[in-house]
Amino acid sequence: MTREEIIQNGTKVYSRPRLLNKNNMHYCPGCSHGVVHKLVAEIIDEMGLEHDAIGIAPVGCAVFAYNYIDIDWAEAAHGRAPALATAISRLRPDKVVFTYQGDGDLAAIGSAETIHACTRGENIVIIMINNGIYGMTGGQMSPCTLEGAKTATTPYGRRHDLNGFPLKVADVVSLLDGTCYVTRQAVHTPGAVRKAKAALKKAFKNAQEKKGTSFVEIVSTCNSGWKMSPEKSNKWMEENMFAHYPLGDLKDTTK
Amino acid sequence: MAEIHGAVTIESERCKGCNLCVVACPCDVLALQPKEVNDRGYHYAYPANEKACIGCAACALVCPDACIEVFRVVAK
Repeated sequence: MTREEIIQNGTKVYSRPRLLNKNNMHYCPGCSHGVVHKLVAEIIDEMGLEHDAIGIAPVGCAVFAYNYIDIDWAEAAHGRAPALATAISRLRPDKVVFTYQGDGDLAAIGSAETIHACTRGENIVIIMINNGIYGMTGGQMSPCTLEGAKTATTPYGRRHDLNGFPLKVADVVSLLDGTCYVTRQAVHTPGAVRKAKAALKKAFKNAQEKKGTSFVEIVSTCNSGWKMSPEKSNKWMEENMFAHYPLGDLKDTTK
Repeated sequence: MAEIHGAVTIESERCKGCNLCVVACPCDVLALQPKEVNDRGYHYAYPANEKACIGCAACALVCPDACIEVFRVVAK
């Protein structure tokens, strides 16, 4: 069977999500943001929320998320996405509101907003992309940078006596009573992508059914910031990040 | 036994040559163009060994730029 015959007669197993528009993403080659954008677009399409989902874009690399996924978006001030999501979900309870933030946005300047939105149990989804670095501004240390990791502001590696320990945000919010689902996923292998999609779908369902705050942390790579090839940074993430940020569900009260 | 034939199409202008699909492919179908580049200067991925494709969509799942489409035929 030739390639053309398979394409003509075969079933389409995978295609570009309908809600992902034609724009080329500005992310670096191999960036995990692209995969997560794809998953969000697929889930919103599958759940039929095209006209009912409102995303809150962060400040950071994903600030242009609204250029790529064809749904309604709002852009929040740095770290304030959960506060804006609170306002929108309270004013429009018929909508499904989610924030899409990086670790610099969510865990540093936005830690107060995140913790209080979670403790109030707002019916929103918080998606956190944890790559342990400020990618957009040139690879500075973020609260989630691993100990020993070299960044622009920790050129000799992060030291806990000088810079503190890496912050496990998912563990923190899993202790709060307002959260109903807290999970940590990754998108480095096909299997991990499938699991992350299931977790994100569950989170969106919780928001739709008004069960409380769902927090999905996605441990990801920043190959430009880490100064590695996409392939090597995936390996580095498996060897180093997963030891400190183990994958899996931390809390699920919806069972 | 049923035979599975797969094929992938890659939007080469959208591809950034990150190599993640090449690593994810269990059948070593994909490779990056060794010399040719697209309009943006990336060595884009292409199905170098297309006969081996089983249409598992592993490449498409990990592609950050969503430029891969996968087709599959199950021949009995």
